[in-house]
Amino acid sequence: MQPSISRLKLFQPSSLDEALALLRDEGPLVPMAGCTDLYVALNFGTLTDTRFLDLWRLDALRRIEARDGALSIGALATHADLIRSALVRRRLPMLAAAAREIGGVQIQNRGTLGGNVANASPAGDTLPVLAAADATVVLRSAGATRRVPFTEFSTGYRQTVRRPDELIVAFEIPPVRGRQAFRKVGTRAAQAISKVVMAVVSGDSPRIAVGSVAPTVVRARRTEAALASGASIDAAQRILIEEIAPIDDIRSTADYRRRVVANLLARLTSGASG
Amino acid sequence: MRLTINGVRRRIEAHPMKRLLDVLREDCALTGTKEGCGEGECGACTVLIDGVPINSCLVPAAHADGTRVTTIEGLGGRHPLQRAFVAYGGAQCGICTPGMILAAVALGPKPTLDEIKVGLAGNLCRCTGYSAIYRSIRQA
Repeated sequence: MQPSISRLKLFQPSSLDEALALLRDEGPLVPMAGCTDLYVALNFGTLTDTRFLDLWRLDALRRIEARDGALSIGALATHADLIRSALVRRRLPMLAAAAREIGGVQIQNRGTLGGNVANASPAGDTLPVLAAADATVVLRSAGATRRVPFTEFSTGYRQTVRRPDELIVAFEIPPVRGRQAFRKVGTRAAQAISKVVMAVVSGDSPRIAVGSVAPTVVRARRTEAALASGASIDAAQRILIEEIAPIDDIRSTADYRRRVVANLLARLTSGASG
Repeated sequence: MRLTINGVRRRIEAHPMKRLLDVLREDCALTGTKEGCGEGECGACTVLIDGVPINSCLVPAAHADGTRVTTIEGLGGRHPLQRAFVAYGGAQCGICTPGMILAAVALGPKPTLDEIKVGLAGNLCRCTGYSAIYRSIRQA
């Protein structure tokens, strides 16, 4: 059963400019797109917000294209769009791999990349990929555009630097040099929230990002520096375990997460499929 | 809102944030679509919007405006998948069956076993152990 919705107000802009004007003039509004997270909270009565801004019809925010050498992905691109995109598969295969493991096809057809990032869950499966890819978050307000490095976008558990009058409109991802790998560890392949999720770029300048092991996704810079300077995998594993702060929760334990993170580092940097 | 449900054009007065699931069951009396978990985990409420499978418990009515929605009633009862589910034991308690069949419809004709497993990964069944469902789809 859905709790009473009669008190809810939905604004339905037909363009991005109109959406940004509504945010400025009628805010605060909760942006909604694929609703795969929002409606879970709404259906269970845990959502206290009453005013919403519907972005789903803003097709201009769904584009995936190469622009100025970077891969630009509109915030409304769904996980299914990412899986289907030849550009994503060629330039950022670890993102297509992450999208394939989110929910089931019904969720992939509706959930968006922008929503996954805006939701800022530490278990968001695309987040380690964007962190390891050195992505930039493009934010727009009625007056301005600003760009924030992905690794600075989330400031705490479900907290981000997005201001109430801003929308995430796109992600820009520079070319990634090195071999990309992604691995999600959960109770089953589909419909499971990650116990640990990890994205790794191997090569001269390794990049490692891990989810579900701290309040936000962790970009493991000390581990990266150690690997870049020729440290053994054992040494890198010890550093990585110090860089994360996992907890015991309903899905797993801190000890298990540390063990899995260390094992995944060895596998994903060795060229194994994980 | 105006939409086409199972080939019939309809005009419905509903709050734009009402779940499509409730629009179908309450406003259209199409109770073949089931509610399972209400959080997008089980797939029981799966319907097709413009041919694409979605969880109707997570879709606001506003997003169905102007679309073509297909529910289990739209298959008419004699669809090859419906007949195969009966013939090969794909349905037991039946609550997951409408969602399973619509997810299978979205796969098109003659899916491989791997395609079936991926396409139905978002549909949970607690009775059959899945192999009877996969068998039904392959035989349809």
